[in-house]
Amino acid sequence: MADQFPQPGDDRGAAAGAARIVDGAGLDAVIRGLRGRGYRTVGPAVRDRAISLAEISGVADLPRGWHDSQSPGSYRLTRGTDREIFGWAVGADSVKRQLLPPREVVWRAGASDRLPREEGPAESVPLALVGVRPCEVAALRILDRVLGGGQVADPRYAARRQDLFVCTVECGSPASTCFCTSMGTGPGAESGFDLAITEILEDEEPRYLVRVGSDRGAMVLNEVESRPATPQDEAARQEVLDRAESQMGLRLVTDGLPELLERNLEHPRWDQVASRCLSCGNCTQVCPTCFCVSVEDTTDLGGTVERRRRWASCFEVGHSYIHGGPVRPTTRSRYRQWATHKLGTWHAQFGTSGCVGCGRCIAWCPVGIDLREEVSAIRAGDGLRAAGPRSGGG
Amino acid sequence: MNSMSTGFHPTIAVFKFASCDGCQLSLLDCEDELLALAGAVRIANFQEMSRATIEGPYDIAFVEGSITTSADLERLERIRATSTALITIGACATAGGIQALRNFADVQEYTAAVYPRPEFIRTLATSTPIAEHVRVDFELRGCPINRHQLLEVITAALAGRRPAVPHHSVCAECKQRGTTCVLVAGGTPCLGPVTQAGCGAICPAVGRGCYGCYGPAEAANPRALGDRLLAGGMAPADVTRWFRTFNSAAPAFSKESLRHDPQRQR
Repeated sequence: MADQFPQPGDDRGAAAGAARIVDGAGLDAVIRGLRGRGYRTVGPAVRDRAISLAEISGVADLPRGWHDSQSPGSYRLTRGTDREIFGWAVGADSVKRQLLPPREVVWRAGASDRLPREEGPAESVPLALVGVRPCEVAALRILDRVLGGGQVADPRYAARRQDLFVCTVECGSPASTCFCTSMGTGPGAESGFDLAITEILEDEEPRYLVRVGSDRGAMVLNEVESRPATPQDEAARQEVLDRAESQMGLRLVTDGLPELLERNLEHPRWDQVASRCLSCGNCTQVCPTCFCVSVEDTTDLGGTVERRRRWASCFEVGHSYIHGGPVRPTTRSRYRQWATHKLGTWHAQFGTSGCVGCGRCIAWCPVGIDLREEVSAIRAGDGLRAAGPRSGGG
Repeated sequence: MNSMSTGFHPTIAVFKFASCDGCQLSLLDCEDELLALAGAVRIANFQEMSRATIEGPYDIAFVEGSITTSADLERLERIRATSTALITIGACATAGGIQALRNFADVQEYTAAVYPRPEFIRTLATSTPIAEHVRVDFELRGCPINRHQLLEVITAALAGRRPAVPHHSVCAECKQRGTTCVLVAGGTPCLGPVTQAGCGAICPAVGRGCYGCYGPAEAANPRALGDRLLAGGMAPADVTRWFRTFNSAAPAFSKESLRHDPQRQR
């Protein structure tokens, strides 16, 4: 396939809009090109029996031949002998960790400091995310709205986001837990990227259709051997996306969803799900858009004071603690808060749904609670009310 | 204000009841901070460190171990009366410890099996946590406790602030450190979803399920996890065993262990 590529000096311009084709070596060159430009390149890699985001230095670090099988409460990785690099759906790890780290110091003051010293992000090197799925790009867009703009912009998030390079890979391998088509976030990528890649598997050796989304993306692609995409290549890409759509799991029907949830706050389904819910908070930790953090002040024996923040969860009792007690004292009230915020009130607050349909909360729930099933049960019993008296928060 | 600016050097005493001493040894395990700690507090009674003791009253009493004899109960009441703050450390003190397995059995059968002259053994029928007998100001969980959390409790006491000791599940610690869920990705039985964080999620990080050393997390739902373990092929008697280790007498774990206990189902 290499002899199909034009030689240096031929038509190498990759203007935005005109898709190009590269091979595996070209993909490697994209990653190396980003590193050459000073980016820390982070992409999918097999870590601890799952696809996670890790620092990569080339195609050799990507999970070639690895495939996953996911269902509610279950995730398994297997390795094949095929040449496919992106033949899996997202694992527990998401872009959230890269931009909103699980723990960080907000400020620090020593015993002799008159004022606390603000702690910026530890990383000064710009980040390039390579091989993240369109649902991850959608999650970035949501996090941008929540953390990156407006009066309450988080300077640490903004600093990491500022120079972020996004090279997404469209999804050809959704899991049964995936429902991005329901949320309008995939399997294809339409915006929010510098480069968008589609892995085409027609031949033994995959080829990669690359679309450019920014000038930065064009500059990186221009330095890589490529050829223009043909109508056949474009058709092959469409086939990948069509197949992904057909493999999608259960749908989540979003018609009038915020209103549906709002008028069903006393639905008996909330009691049923609460009896199964572990209240462990895994769904919120793996969710790429759950942005809640808790802030803790600590002191040490040497007189240093630190304000730290860590990922928090609305499943923690203390999350709703206000003057003497938690507003949401039961698992029922906490699950309901999570689901109605994610799918309902998020719209009023941020103008979009908080869900990107990645299915992590379904696969990584140890007891396999399926958000899609919970919503459809409420839809099926629209207007039902649980028997018995209720306290406000319970 | 911290101790250096106020000159407040609280007297600290460490007391032991039925326990293995591992939790109080966590204090000596604070090697890097030990000198600073010795400068910040007056250690008045700590038998594992020194035979020299100072009479009470004490500002802070750290109490390790569970109550298993009537003499211990009297000693505990005296300690409470001479201490401004009483902080329990470890699963024995906060939940009765592994010796609370006797609560599910006949302790006389145990003493007969273990001791050649069981008639010399004077022990209560149950092992109970300290808070069941006296007022406790703070409970630090774990088997053993985590020394970083112990330091956090001490520095919080020195500064007059609330200790940052979360009550959420171990799962949060796994996710924060990026450990893949052993239950979801491997089918390995794990008590993490119902166990309080604090250890740093050590066991899942090496591919093992959580043993529940820190006792029930807040709002834990052990019944849902018990059902999940059964669905994964675990025998009911083994579900009972899983919930009966270091925190077997903690009510949330005790209840789930009894649900599957073949002895109770006869």
